[in-house]
Amino acid sequence: MAYLDHAATTPMLDEALEAYVATAREVGNASSLHAAGRRARRRVEESRERVAAVLGARPSEVIFTGGGTESDNLAVKGIFWARRGADADRRRVVSSAVEHHAVLDAVDWLAEHEGAEVGWLPVDAAGRLDPEALRAELAAHADRVAVVTAMWANNEVGTVQPVAELAAVAAEHGVPFHTDAIQAVGQVPVDFGASGVAALTVTGHKLGGPTGVGALLLARDVAATPLLHGGGQERDVRSGTLDTAGIVAFAVAVESAVKGQQEYAARVAALRDDLIERVRQAVPEVIYNGDPVDRLPGNAHFSFPGCEGDALLLLLDAQGIACSTGSACSAGVAQPSHVLLAMGADDDRARSSLRFTLGHSSTQAEIDALVAALPAAVDRARRAAAPRTPR
Amino acid sequence: MWGREWLVRVLAAMSGGVDSAVAAARAVAAGHDVTGVHLALARNPQTYRTGARGCCTLEDSRDARRAADVIGIPFYVWDMADRFHADVVDDFVAEYAAGRTPNPCLRCNEKIKFTAVLDRAVALGFDAVVTGHHARLGTDGLLRRSVDVAKDQSYVLAVLTREQLDRSMFPLGDSTKAQVRAEAAERGLAVADKPDSHDICFIADGDTRGFLAGRLGAAPGDVVDASTGAVVGSHTGAYAYTVGQRRGLHLDRPAPDGRPRYVLSITPKTNTVTVGPAEALEVSQVHAERPVWTGGPRPDAPVECDVQLRAHGEVVPATVALDGDRLHAELRRPVRGVAAGQAVVAYRPDPAGDVVLGSATISG
Repeated sequence: MAYLDHAATTPMLDEALEAYVATAREVGNASSLHAAGRRARRRVEESRERVAAVLGARPSEVIFTGGGTESDNLAVKGIFWARRGADADRRRVVSSAVEHHAVLDAVDWLAEHEGAEVGWLPVDAAGRLDPEALRAELAAHADRVAVVTAMWANNEVGTVQPVAELAAVAAEHGVPFHTDAIQAVGQVPVDFGASGVAALTVTGHKLGGPTGVGALLLARDVAATPLLHGGGQERDVRSGTLDTAGIVAFAVAVESAVKGQQEYAARVAALRDDLIERVRQAVPEVIYNGDPVDRLPGNAHFSFPGCEGDALLLLLDAQGIACSTGSACSAGVAQPSHVLLAMGADDDRARSSLRFTLGHSSTQAEIDALVAALPAAVDRARRAAAPRTPR
Repeated sequence: MWGREWLVRVLAAMSGGVDSAVAAARAVAAGHDVTGVHLALARNPQTYRTGARGCCTLEDSRDARRAADVIGIPFYVWDMADRFHADVVDDFVAEYAAGRTPNPCLRCNEKIKFTAVLDRAVALGFDAVVTGHHARLGTDGLLRRSVDVAKDQSYVLAVLTREQLDRSMFPLGDSTKAQVRAEAAERGLAVADKPDSHDICFIADGDTRGFLAGRLGAAPGDVVDASTGAVVGSHTGAYAYTVGQRRGLHLDRPAPDGRPRYVLSITPKTNTVTVGPAEALEVSQVHAERPVWTGGPRPDAPVECDVQLRAHGEVVPATVALDGDRLHAELRRPVRGVAAGQAVVAYRPDPAGDVVLGSATISG
């Protein structure tokens, strides 16, 4: 099998899996006071320190969560509620049109149910945000803005955003800036402290860790109202018995991914560039989407004119090649990508797109398999999409 | 024998019901390379019938996926909502508005399953579509009634052309529904006990008249007696009536002879519903259009056969003649409640299963 869908999830690293299994064999609730509890607590705190160290945060700024969606919701809703609670006029949320649904839908929910008003920042044809647009937005509305949220790197087209510049603009106005860095950590250099962001989302399963565990890095001076109420285990911001084994494995994976980032990026980008070059040769009319330079090393995203992405996916799947249309699904039905639409693509181009994402397990043989299968698949998909004479 | 003598790549249309699950499983067991597809037909799945009664809900999609898992085949959801709405739902409304009585299941087979889906499947490299319809389609290429006459669906498949039948597989035709359910249970398919679907999948509450009223609006008009021409009642939309209907007429004046009256015809132009006694419903001549003939070469001379004039309707001997784009059936005995928009299906009686000769859409 050629697994070209690492942006959906990555295989677990051996060391993360081993750490998970070893820890899961141990009993102990990290909140218990006895020896077993203290041992679990020690594993959690060591993990917190490891995550903090490699991501440029203080240990107290690491809030473990149940994954990326929870971290995004906690940041967007939690900071919104806390800021509005302190100042009732602060009910504006600023976000971008290309966010993941974990942010997009949280923002929409605040607008529909909590009286939030939303300032949507546009992107250019490469999917890139302009810090000047944020500057203009904040110049007009800064005193009413509760939170700004913009992703570090896009999960569909791989465009890396100028996060430090955006965070600096937000800081000029004293507005907390959250970034969803789920696709960025381990792929590009990410330093929480140096970036100037107030909150940052990271998750385990995109970087060789387990699914269902992640973190929100939350600066010490930024308040967030909890989503989940209970034992208050994580800084009174997040409740729930700590998933010690998951957290340990997550920390192992984060540390490995961040420490190996440079070497990883060079290796994977070389494979990815080869993929792009050979796809272009095989299908000359292909459109390469996203920013060609400021881009995740493992991401290649194309539109195949005249094809439907889900037909291509089916045909490649039958050849043992796993990729993605990169679009949201409800009951498995593909919608045209909001990211591509925001980049100015029309409906047809959005529906004709396919995402190939490489990761730590990717090999040259997988690229070869894709390139071998692609021309016939494109040919067939094109025939399947061609208008037919009615019977 | 329902299958092919050679092994092929087939696409199994999986509704989430027991029939299509067993059909897909049998195609796998016969050695074919099977891929499962669930058709998303609802623009808003929540508004469609749930679970037992429909084929288009999220629950049905999940049931189909789980059946594919158990059978061990790849599974995808294809979004056919726009095509379904244009070719089936809108057509359904337009047909009623024109005073006819459409059969949406038949239209869905004709336009969606065996055109939109089949065309896409063929273009993607599949050789055939397999469905869970209860009908026989053997190596002789003839479409026959299911052995389970009560569940037979050959009527709603009779609209298929030779080309469509040549790319279809109906693995269930030699089995009764009870056998299909038993086999589903043996195969560990959770849908083994799922109740049969009924009625029209896109009408959530089963209220066809309310659905049509919502789409077409209220259009009050007269109910007229056929023999006297007298206005005997009123209605809120002629489109809501079907030829042969007796209930729900709410007539102001009883018939002089005190006998029940039935809808004889609907005239959209004047928004009139015409009623009369039961015997006035009797029809011996059926005119139809857009004939399809798959039971052999298209006949030049009239054919003695049986005809069926609605789904699960009675079967009567008739003489059927084709003339260009028209079909004419001379019934040996009169039949009541023949509605324009329904199909007339010609069958050749056969001990090995009555053979579908052809079909056409009743125009009058």
